[in-house]
Amino acid sequence: MTRLILQRLFYGLLTLFVVSLVVFLATQALPGDAARAMLGRDATPERLTALREQLNLNDPVAVQYGKWIAGLFVLNLGESFANAMPVAEYLGPRVSSSVALMALAAIVATPIAVAIGAYSALRRDRAADHATSMVTLITAAVPEFAVGILLVLVFATGSLQLFPAVFAGSSEAVLESPEQLVLPVATLVIAVSPPIIRMMRASMIEVLESEYVQQARLKGLPERTVIWRHAAPNAIGPVAQVIAVQLGWLAGGVVAIEFLFRFPGVGMALMDAIDNRDIPVIQAVTLLIAAIYIVVNLLADIVGLAANPKVRVSSR
Amino acid sequence: MSNQQPANSGNNEHTALEVDGLTVVGRPSDVEIISGITLRVRRGEILGLVGESGSGKTTLGLSLLAHCKRATEITAGAISLSGTPLLGRTENEVRQMRGRSVAYIPQSPASALNPALRLRTQLSEALHAGPAPGNGTAGDTPRVLDRVREVLREVALPDDDAFLKRYPHQLSGGQQQRVAIAMAFIGYPDLIVLDEPTTGLDVTTQAHVLQTIRRMTRDYGTAGVYISHDMAVVADLADDIAVMYQGDVVERGAANDVLAAPQHPYTARLLRAVPLLKTGGHAEPEEEPGDALLRVRGLQANYGSAPVLQNIDIDVRRGQCVALLGESGSGKTTLSRSVVGLHHRFTGEVLFDGEALAPSSYRRTAEQRRRVQYIFQNPYEALNPRKRVRDLILAPYIHLAGQPTDPDAVVHEALERAALPAAYAERFPEQLSGGERQRVSIARAIATKPDLLICDEITSALDVSVQAEIVQLLRNLQDDGMALLFVTHNIALVSNIAQKVAVLNKGEIVEYGHVGTVMSDPRHSYTRALIADTPDFELSFSESPLHRTIQAPPVKAAPRAE
Repeated sequence: MTRLILQRLFYGLLTLFVVSLVVFLATQALPGDAARAMLGRDATPERLTALREQLNLNDPVAVQYGKWIAGLFVLNLGESFANAMPVAEYLGPRVSSSVALMALAAIVATPIAVAIGAYSALRRDRAADHATSMVTLITAAVPEFAVGILLVLVFATGSLQLFPAVFAGSSEAVLESPEQLVLPVATLVIAVSPPIIRMMRASMIEVLESEYVQQARLKGLPERTVIWRHAAPNAIGPVAQVIAVQLGWLAGGVVAIEFLFRFPGVGMALMDAIDNRDIPVIQAVTLLIAAIYIVVNLLADIVGLAANPKVRVSSR
Repeated sequence: MSNQQPANSGNNEHTALEVDGLTVVGRPSDVEIISGITLRVRRGEILGLVGESGSGKTTLGLSLLAHCKRATEITAGAISLSGTPLLGRTENEVRQMRGRSVAYIPQSPASALNPALRLRTQLSEALHAGPAPGNGTAGDTPRVLDRVREVLREVALPDDDAFLKRYPHQLSGGQQQRVAIAMAFIGYPDLIVLDEPTTGLDVTTQAHVLQTIRRMTRDYGTAGVYISHDMAVVADLADDIAVMYQGDVVERGAANDVLAAPQHPYTARLLRAVPLLKTGGHAEPEEEPGDALLRVRGLQANYGSAPVLQNIDIDVRRGQCVALLGESGSGKTTLSRSVVGLHHRFTGEVLFDGEALAPSSYRRTAEQRRRVQYIFQNPYEALNPRKRVRDLILAPYIHLAGQPTDPDAVVHEALERAALPAAYAERFPEQLSGGERQRVSIARAIATKPDLLICDEITSALDVSVQAEIVQLLRNLQDDGMALLFVTHNIALVSNIAQKVAVLNKGEIVEYGHVGTVMSDPRHSYTRALIADTPDFELSFSESPLHRTIQAPPVKAAPRAE
């Protein structure tokens, strides 16, 4: 199993390398002049020269990439053009608040979605199951920012002014104002849950129809044991992959949600950076999002391998 | 539901199971799946419940545990286990009776054992001695563990901790079925329902498992209901036989009586369909001199670096059928796949009509591929469900022989030779029964007029009576001059269809010769063991008037033309 994990890890790093190439080529080495694109109307010859020097634009592309990558390893991501701060220092607190937001969403969404899916499977073809199917289909079809706007309309305006519509704190301590986190987390939960629910339902139905579940019932085991010992562990394997994809999606989906709620995270930072043509920040954030996606999928692979006794035992 | 009180249950305290007027219906359609079944089994005895797929025997077996599959329901009748009624109880009471009063041994232990749980968990939970529900290792007390070890010893499995820690996938098929047997007997039930428990096993393993089942039911004084479509196995094992047909028990009686003098025509049909172990063999074509159609010399094949076949020499002549007999893992399918070019990692010589065949079918000419056709084991998977029979038959024909001038004629001729009505050309596979699907597979293979037909266990997924029809069809093809390479694990089939047999064991041919000679005078110890382990239908059947009709099968022992 260690070998399989190392193999997956290697593929993960390879993917990350390819992503870094794409990000770099798309932002900095594009035909045209990145310095001119960044400066826009303020471009004076002196400032252009200075910026070209700063971005190493005078070097060959391979050397530019090498310098950029080498900087990544020591967390030297360059200097933010917009606010003259080192990118790492600028993004640091924003990364932690975004991770907090995503982690909260993941911690809330995963068990709830799995439980709803399992319940739906147990109530297969009854009213509760049909209702769940309807709701998950609808929420899956509505884009996440629309869900967010709807939540704001219902819970933050009008008669029910339960939660603030936009985030008012600083990025230093987002967890200290929990009531401000409710709506962004709820939006993310609603956005990531439907596929997990549907997959869990399908997987659980398949397992409940299996002969080993029938055999467990014929052994006279209590229904609780049948479901929690015999059915659920076998149903969760295929769902782990979907959970991973969804949590990986969170890393990118968080951008729109942060923008909507003015939440001070990497998503906001990315939006600001795009407005300001702040290429070093854009590079860092996109690479970060890709890295999170890859790490989450790697974790899911490991969970999937560990959940399968055939793999776990045979490769000891 | 149980308005007839078990008033007569006192008349025999040895009665373990009493079923009275049991009816199960399918729910949306209200069709009776089984209707008005009445049965009785005494302690220490085994009732053989025989019938084909769809006859309702599994539905009956499950209802003996008060279990109904989705969308079915028990609507009438009574079941009592040692005098205690089973139906009309609460879910909890039924649950308490399962495992203690009645236990179930499934058809396929590979899918009935939970892949994610260790044997120890699965065996000890069957005792339901769990005091603390919710506790992960509920009931795993030393007393329970002692019982687990005891019952494992009784089914001849290891009882050490290392074995108990294993997962099902770490056992062989025979071991898995023994675990399932142990799991059923662990709670000392009054009745055990066995649903074709040896279907997936090869004969040697089957013989051991059947022996274990018989010994355990005697030792425990447990009654058994043994569900099977295989008359030969039931004849070997059961004290009583009940024959099911379309949801009814059409015949019931002591095993010897039913076998010797079947009352119902369906029973007689089932019996006639069982291939006998020793027959005169199929008519032998005279040994023509000259070259064989297929000639294999010194074939070796590997999977990765593991050798699966060694030093294989085989000849097949026109109009001759050579059987490749072996158990799972003996390499018989690899050999047939090598001949047809599906498995190309082999060395050695494969000559077809004097020409060497390339190992991979991609490198063979269309003409070579046309002349060697292959029929797969499972007709449920070998036909594309989205194509009509007509297209299924024409696809390989067009690919190998070119666009026919009259496609309808090609389809009709192929269907006719496979004994199917021409109207079937417009059907989809799902509109056909298993036997009809296999006939379509055969029609597809013979449409291109091949010289050699390779049949890979083509009857193993089919009921016995259907199997007999397919065998008959193959014999007719053979009489028309077709050469057959017939792969099977069923030794009884060999003597019914083949002239020559090659016995494969662990990748080598241990015995090769005429069927009559090999069957009556096996040289190799492995062949002798195979013959000894096959349930010999003839022994329990020799007094039957049907015996003679079987001995001389209704086949034109065609004097070959010219």
